Amino acid sequence: MTTSDNTADGDVTRRDFIHMSHIMATAAAVGGGAAVVWPAVHQMNPDASVLALSTKEVDLSTISVGQAIKVMWQGKPVFIRRRTPEEIAEAEATPVSDLIDANARNDNLPGVDATDTDRVTSRDGQARPEWMILVGVCTHLGCIPLGTTAGENRGEYNGWFCPCHGSHYDVSGRIRKGPAPENLLIPPYEFISDTVVKIG
Amino acid sequence: MTMKNFSRILTATLFTAFTSVGVADAAGGKAKKLEHQHWHFSGPFGKFDQDAMQRGYQVYETVCSNCHGLEYLSFRHLGQKGGPFYLDKCPAGIPDNIDCSNPNDNPVVKAIAANYKFQVTDGPDDSGDMFQRPALPSDRFPGPFANEQIARLANNNALPPDLSLITKARHSGPDYLYALLTGYEDTPDTVEIAAGQYYNPYFPGDMTQNMKPEFMDHGHAIEGVDVPLGGVLSMAPPLSDGMIEYTDGSPMTVEQYSKDVTEFLMWAAEPKMEARKSLGVVSLIYLVILAGLLYWSCRKVWSNVDH
Amino acid sequence: MSHPSTYTPGSGFERWLDKRLPIVRFGADFMGFPTPKNLNYWWTFGAILTVCLVIQIVTGVILAMHYTPHTSMAFASVEHIMRDVNYGWLMRYVHANGASMFFLAVYIHMFRGLYYGSYKAPREIVWMLGVVIYLLMMATAFMGYVLPWGQMSYWGATVITNLFSAIPLIGDDIRTLLWGGFSVDNPTLNRFFSLHYLLPFAIFGVVVLHIWAFHTSGNNNPSGVEIKDVKKDAIPFHPYYTIKDGFAIVVFLILFAAFVFFNPNALGHADNYVEANPLVTPPSIVPEWYYLPFYAILRAITFDIFFIPAKLGGVLAMFGSILILFVLPWLDTSKVRSMRYRPVARLWFILFVIACIALGYLGGKPAEGVYVMWAQICTAYYFGFFLIILPLLGLLETPKPLPRSIAEAVLKKKDGGGAEVPAHAAPAE
Repeated sequence: MTTSDNTADGDVTRRDFIHMSHIMATAAAVGGGAAVVWPAVHQMNPDASVLALSTKEVDLSTISVGQAIKVMWQGKPVFIRRRTPEEIAEAEATPVSDLIDANARNDNLPGVDATDTDRVTSRDGQARPEWMILVGVCTHLGCIPLGTTAGENRGEYNGWFCPCHGSHYDVSGRIRKGPAPENLLIPPYEFISDTVVKIG
Repeated sequence: MTMKNFSRILTATLFTAFTSVGVADAAGGKAKKLEHQHWHFSGPFGKFDQDAMQRGYQVYETVCSNCHGLEYLSFRHLGQKGGPFYLDKCPAGIPDNIDCSNPNDNPVVKAIAANYKFQVTDGPDDSGDMFQRPALPSDRFPGPFANEQIARLANNNALPPDLSLITKARHSGPDYLYALLTGYEDTPDTVEIAAGQYYNPYFPGDMTQNMKPEFMDHGHAIEGVDVPLGGVLSMAPPLSDGMIEYTDGSPMTVEQYSKDVTEFLMWAAEPKMEARKSLGVVSLIYLVILAGLLYWSCRKVWSNVDH
Repeated sequence: MSHPSTYTPGSGFERWLDKRLPIVRFGADFMGFPTPKNLNYWWTFGAILTVCLVIQIVTGVILAMHYTPHTSMAFASVEHIMRDVNYGWLMRYVHANGASMFFLAVYIHMFRGLYYGSYKAPREIVWMLGVVIYLLMMATAFMGYVLPWGQMSYWGATVITNLFSAIPLIGDDIRTLLWGGFSVDNPTLNRFFSLHYLLPFAIFGVVVLHIWAFHTSGNNNPSGVEIKDVKKDAIPFHPYYTIKDGFAIVVFLILFAAFVFFNPNALGHADNYVEANPLVTPPSIVPEWYYLPFYAILRAITFDIFFIPAKLGGVLAMFGSILILFVLPWLDTSKVRSMRYRPVARLWFILFVIACIALGYLGGKPAEGVYVMWAQICTAYYFGFFLIILPLLGLLETPKPLPRSIAEAVLKKKDGGGAEVPAHAAPAE
């Protein structure tokens, strides 16, 4: 350490450097620096225009029984099928013990068994068996299963079929055969009127 | 050099910076000097007045929007924090599961979007056609004209500017806008104006071109005659007393309409102003305290050195 | 680093590391660098400028995450940043005002170097690297200003790129090359974005060289007398100057914050909130304030100089006014560095500062009448200062006696000998 010419003891002592003023100034500077980090990181989170599209309202009044549609939600396809009474009966008759994945995979009802009723229950707790709403992304490796558009291969269980690696889903969107490990995911949704569903 | 000199020169430099910017302002035209208005949003603690913004939106929607777009605004912006239709909590009659402070679920905003006078062009649909549908909160404001050419055709070849940034795109924007809206005057006797043009002393321009020949001599106005201030524009006086029904008892005058619509448009141009100012106050307090601590620390460190 | 290393590795790991990558030694020597003890607050602007560069790079990288360099979307993407991106308004206002703050600091830094003769031997390279940094800053700021694609962006780009067409024979080809087309358009915007992202890192590199250079020659100081005895004349950089620079940085940030939070558009131009329109020129095209002196010099040359047409003359004068700084170390013939001991030179220097500020003022005025005449007078003085006054003064003037050492200069001032009283002159507590 260099000495200054008129310091009595010739050395800047260690005590000078751990004075209260330095501790407070350092603490304040570090605190301010940390506060500046937040805007610099938070700017990468979804912005207001992205958040505005995080929910989607879909008018179901134009879908006839037995028909299905695809809508885009958060950059992913959502399948909405208006099931026939036969399809509902078939889905409800399937015992959970027959399933590869016994979890309902329903964001509205976490942790319950994959009964058909629990697969069609919305955020408000009401089950609407006529409406099967699910995220159309195969749980194997992310392909889009066939079966929504009329005339497409619906697989061995009359639901959806993923052409990439041959996963078969039933009419409740549950995995029945093939490499996919989980049932198709049910997105959070609720009905804001009899014919309008809000996804997300 | 001392701290005093330092600050003096800093001030001088800054002063130059400011005046040179000010100088650039003046170069524009010979318009009438703007009167400085009192605005809720001026000053370091100024905020927008929500009632004024709501009335201003009403003025925009009833009158301005027939010709002027609001291109960079989405309906959802109206319901964001600090916006004209922001709701802290839902009004009565809205189901519990709706969060009205979320601009995308705000019932007022949804209604404004759905009932807006212009619809959104969407598509193509399954048959390949574009179609019109009611707006959603996430949509930008649909403009009155599909493109510039149609806008010019409808407006005597003038292009009504977009209003989303108008208060920042003009010098002293809010004062200018208010002055323009309230400042229309009868055409002075000394000038001749083409049909579809209107005289306004606050509009930048040069009235020398419009002087009647009998008042001119070799390109200059004759002795005793002044060239009027301002210029001519293609916008007819857009507001008149009583033309918009206010429900909150505010005066239904051109002055009040102009003030309100300016408040709304200032918000539209700078919607994050309140967040900016409040963060600014916190930042400045912090920096001043930190500067004080560092100065103390600095004195401490340097106390045993001659320098 | 020029001074002998004083670092002794404390632990076994430090000794191991020191043989392989002596980064701790580098840091320790950097912090312990013997610095003249009499540096005043004008010397804090180096640290302030480093902070400015870091702020610009950080906020710039962030803005680039949200900006779209396409003529049809650039303006809208800036508005998207302002309205929808989390803290986007803060990032943009800091970046935009940061450019002004950067130039304010660099001008003070340069005038300080001029006044105290920091460009003289053995610091010519330090100075010249500084001029390179300044040129890179101007190019970077110019291209950055084009990116929002407002009216001023577009027309500023048009006017400045057209300057190159004044170059004889190849001017038009150079202009076409810069544009990537036949006018300022999408290819121009795209390459400006690319270069605007690149150049700050080039600046960073030259800054490293700049610092390396003055760590080799040692800092200049207000007395202009070199360090004779490290023990008496110098103190370690840390903690003395880290804390002093830290204080100055925070004071500077107060000014910065006042602009960002309370008047973010004061230094900008309203026309840049109007999207670029190639069919309509704004009534007055004015560059940002930090270019105004050069703009005034450009417009001051309204006459042909021998065979050089006025247009080319203006361009040459403008670039010459910066390039002349490269040869300044050899133009100034004085043996004395600091103008503290050059009373006559000091007067000419003050006049020079006034001329520069006047040029800034005139650059914002319309190029007509008396303004042009004043711009010509100031331009003549600007060049005269470097080409005539400084070379002659060094030979003619009699400087005041120099102190024998920095320590002596400090003592003299403490006795109330000098006209200038340091900020810390009050007795120690």
